[in-house]
Amino acid sequence: MTSGFALRVMLGFYVFLFFIYLFGPLVVMGVTAFNTPSYPQTIPFEGFTLDWFVKLYNHRQMREGLWNSIIIGIGVVALSVPIGLAASIIMNQIYHRARGLFYLVTVSPLLTPGVVIGISTVIFWKDAFESTDFFLTYAYLPAFTKALFYKGIVLSILGQSSFVAAYCLLIIMARLTRFDRAQEEAALDLGASYPQVFWHVLLPFLRPALLSAGVIAFLSSFENYNTTTFAILADKTLVTVLAGEVRQGTTPALSALAVIIIGFSLLGAIVYEVLKRREERIASEMKERARLAERGETSAGLFQPAVVAA
Amino acid sequence: MSSRAFVILLPFLVIAAFWVMARYEARTVHDPTHKSYWERNGMVLGIMFIVLVALWTLFLVTLPYLYMVVESFHPRLPPTKRFGPEDYLTLEQYKSLFVSPVDKEWNTTHLYAFFYTIVVSSAVTFLNLCICYPLAYFMAQAGTVQQVRLLMLGLIVPYWVNEILRAFSIRLLLAAKGLINQGLMGAGLTDAPIDFLGNNTGMWVGLSYANLLIMMFPLYNAIESLDKNQIEAARDLGAPWWKIHRDVVIPYAKPGIASGCTMVFMLAAGSLAAPLFLGGPNTLWFTAIVYDFFFQAFNWPRGSAYAFLLLAACITFVMVMLRLFKVKLGEAIR
Amino acid sequence: MSAGVDLDGVTVRFGNFTAVNNANLAIRGGEFFSFLGPSGCGKTTILRTVSGFLDPSAGKVKIGGQDMAGIGPNKRPTALIFQNLALFPLMTVSENIAYGLRVRGMDKATRRKKAEELLDLIALSGQGDKLVSELSGGQKQRVAIARALAVEPQVLLLDEPLSALDLKLRQHMRNELRSIQQRVGITFIYITHDQGEALTMSDRIAVMSDGVIEQVADGKTVYDEPETAFVASFVGENNPFPGKVSKASKDEAVVDTAFGKLKGRNPRGLKAGDKAILFVRPESFKLGKGGEGTTLESPVKNVAFEGNMTHVFLKGAAKKDITLTVGRHVGGKVPEQGEKATVHYADGLGLVLPEGKMARE
Repeated sequence: MTSGFALRVMLGFYVFLFFIYLFGPLVVMGVTAFNTPSYPQTIPFEGFTLDWFVKLYNHRQMREGLWNSIIIGIGVVALSVPIGLAASIIMNQIYHRARGLFYLVTVSPLLTPGVVIGISTVIFWKDAFESTDFFLTYAYLPAFTKALFYKGIVLSILGQSSFVAAYCLLIIMARLTRFDRAQEEAALDLGASYPQVFWHVLLPFLRPALLSAGVIAFLSSFENYNTTTFAILADKTLVTVLAGEVRQGTTPALSALAVIIIGFSLLGAIVYEVLKRREERIASEMKERARLAERGETSAGLFQPAVVAA
Repeated sequence: MSSRAFVILLPFLVIAAFWVMARYEARTVHDPTHKSYWERNGMVLGIMFIVLVALWTLFLVTLPYLYMVVESFHPRLPPTKRFGPEDYLTLEQYKSLFVSPVDKEWNTTHLYAFFYTIVVSSAVTFLNLCICYPLAYFMAQAGTVQQVRLLMLGLIVPYWVNEILRAFSIRLLLAAKGLINQGLMGAGLTDAPIDFLGNNTGMWVGLSYANLLIMMFPLYNAIESLDKNQIEAARDLGAPWWKIHRDVVIPYAKPGIASGCTMVFMLAAGSLAAPLFLGGPNTLWFTAIVYDFFFQAFNWPRGSAYAFLLLAACITFVMVMLRLFKVKLGEAIR
Repeated sequence: MSAGVDLDGVTVRFGNFTAVNNANLAIRGGEFFSFLGPSGCGKTTILRTVSGFLDPSAGKVKIGGQDMAGIGPNKRPTALIFQNLALFPLMTVSENIAYGLRVRGMDKATRRKKAEELLDLIALSGQGDKLVSELSGGQKQRVAIARALAVEPQVLLLDEPLSALDLKLRQHMRNELRSIQQRVGITFIYITHDQGEALTMSDRIAVMSDGVIEQVADGKTVYDEPETAFVASFVGENNPFPGKVSKASKDEAVVDTAFGKLKGRNPRGLKAGDKAILFVRPESFKLGKGGEGTTLESPVKNVAFEGNMTHVFLKGAAKKDITLTVGRHVGGKVPEQGEKATVHYADGLGLVLPEGKMARE
């Protein structure tokens, strides 16, 4: 038993080290956000200040970038969640010999470096909007579309969606495989049309997966750098502005931003945890009630049906 | 027909071929459960699904990739000359990786960067596997429910701090005036600050740090579904702990290991943040070279060729991993 | 209103596998009709073909005389109770019951009224706002029935709906289903592998094996007058004595078996020389030598006491034992293990059928 105990202590120590590695750099950075020197330093702690947050707030480019990031994030959610849903449904219905290829095409963006996605997006759409030879010279997009759509924000939405939709597909498909086909058949049998089955039965069932796909889609879009840095063209997102700042030099204002982001994710994680516990509590209450009903049924005699002319 | 037009037609031809096959099969083989696509989805939803999926698979994935590949087989030309007679197919962009177009000598810089990138990415992948495995095992098998919940929370929060800021935090630690050099000098171990960024230590740490959790989650998911009784049984039979891992846990967790390794390798090799912000002035990183072709040299065809080579390297790595672990793609990506 | 269901040469094939082979059957309106057979015999395939989830590869399904080809499950006058019930977990009990009315475009007030009526019928009044997960197994069962009845189907199809319940509740639900069927007066088509269920509830039973309907008759006939070796061996306990017919007349036949020449009725008109199996039910054997009838002798392998009766297992011809059941108060000593037992049966209780596939034990 002593060796088992020693092993457990070692494992515990290991977990401790792991989290030092994980959180250490973030904590060190977090402290610099509140320290007065203009070079981000942790020790000596020369004095508490919130100046860096004010500086951050007044950083015009970052605010513009943040705004763009939010627009792109919303666009990516609006595009990739429906795509993921549609693709997961098509996955079940597609001609069986084509399914392997379809799967490969849909997950390939996950195996592709972000820069490649960004580059291919820009090259393709630039020619799609500009070239006169594009697609046999017949089907090129009319000139006015370029002014409307050939923009960093649009290309970023398209480029990011290509791999974010694959995340959404995997999340939604994981839940879809747990769907009981008998539910669909029951609804059909009661007279529902296939579209009604989709809206009344399938969609409510998939709702949790759609929600988490939406959250993951937004966050992935928001923090993406590799694809966006190409696709954004001359525009800016929060992350590309950030990258520019880090390249130029170091300022505690960046630490302040990190503190804010960590704060938000902490808040999100806590909210998620609370919601999950509530859900579990409700589920266990339901189970308890079903158990009571079961007991009532077997002990208090079986039910006597009322006489009703049907 | 121009090569670009051909490549754009290609996916449509594939779809048409499958469609013909499907029609033929539907006509010759009776399937009692068969319902037509339109019957199953209705007109409105049916069209919506097809439009969305076609937009994605064709216009966001297949066509851009193919188009990039075609671009890499063209010479670099000013916009006015594109699609003109000088716009022929050529291998010169790929040749330039081996022979420099400037001095006609071996292009040692880029070749070195290419292999360096692959070697370092593989090493970082292995390093992260070693770092994450014990914790993943602890969380999945040994920890109590409460512990696992807390640890999970601890993993998710830093996961959403973006790559740039994580690189920044490593830089604060390792910079000449950073905490670690402060500590080393304070303890009297060195007189002058060690140049962690110049000697690529920063980049290594940054790559590992940025992709730590990418390895963690697939590993955890794989080990979590292993029946605890199997480990108990092995222990009862008197197997020492390392044998239990070698013979029971690791074989079972293979899909998770393959999945984690694939993702970490891909993200490390394609990483821009770590080499740009944590590397020294002499750091060579293939992805950064690709980046420069687009933003400094404005040589898109050559950048495309290099990007395609990067993609090919990643695909090769994935195939090797899947073959090595005897895992199907569908098992690795979930 | 109730409608009959006709199967005209229905065949269902999945690739090379034939799940149902040339089924011909006329189910009368208002009948409680069961399909009985071991799992994999094709009974569920028939049910799914009637409800419209499968297209027959050949043949026709008619409901109320109307050909159902090309009519989807949502347009047929049938309602199906699923094996796992398939209640909608995210809807309340009332919403579940009224779902069929909702998709028919009925307004909320009508739906509510109808749901309440049905809740009364299944004795769950006032529980309409609960979620399905709060209900017990039996309550869920009743909600599923109410949901199916709400759309006023002409035919109710039930796919082993009682298999998930415990024994006591299952026996109660049998009576319940029967009385609901009699009250609403529509056709019930019931799928089961449990012969007790089929025999107690049904007006008529179709016994199926390997995609083929072996016999269609009422419960008593199926038990007393099985037409094939499969039906004889599947429905109830039976002792087979395979052999060759040595003598045959219109009513009787003698089969030469490992136990000598045994006599039985000959409803299928077998001739001397035909391969045959003689069946004798365990309860048809009497202890001792019979004056009339056929007598046989064999060592006792085992005796099992079961309260109201005792099972005696005699050494049979092949590996199979001969079983006989001795009632509690028939007098005489029950033989013990190791003894040699002499038993007899009245000739009218032996049944000679052509050799054929038997039910697996």
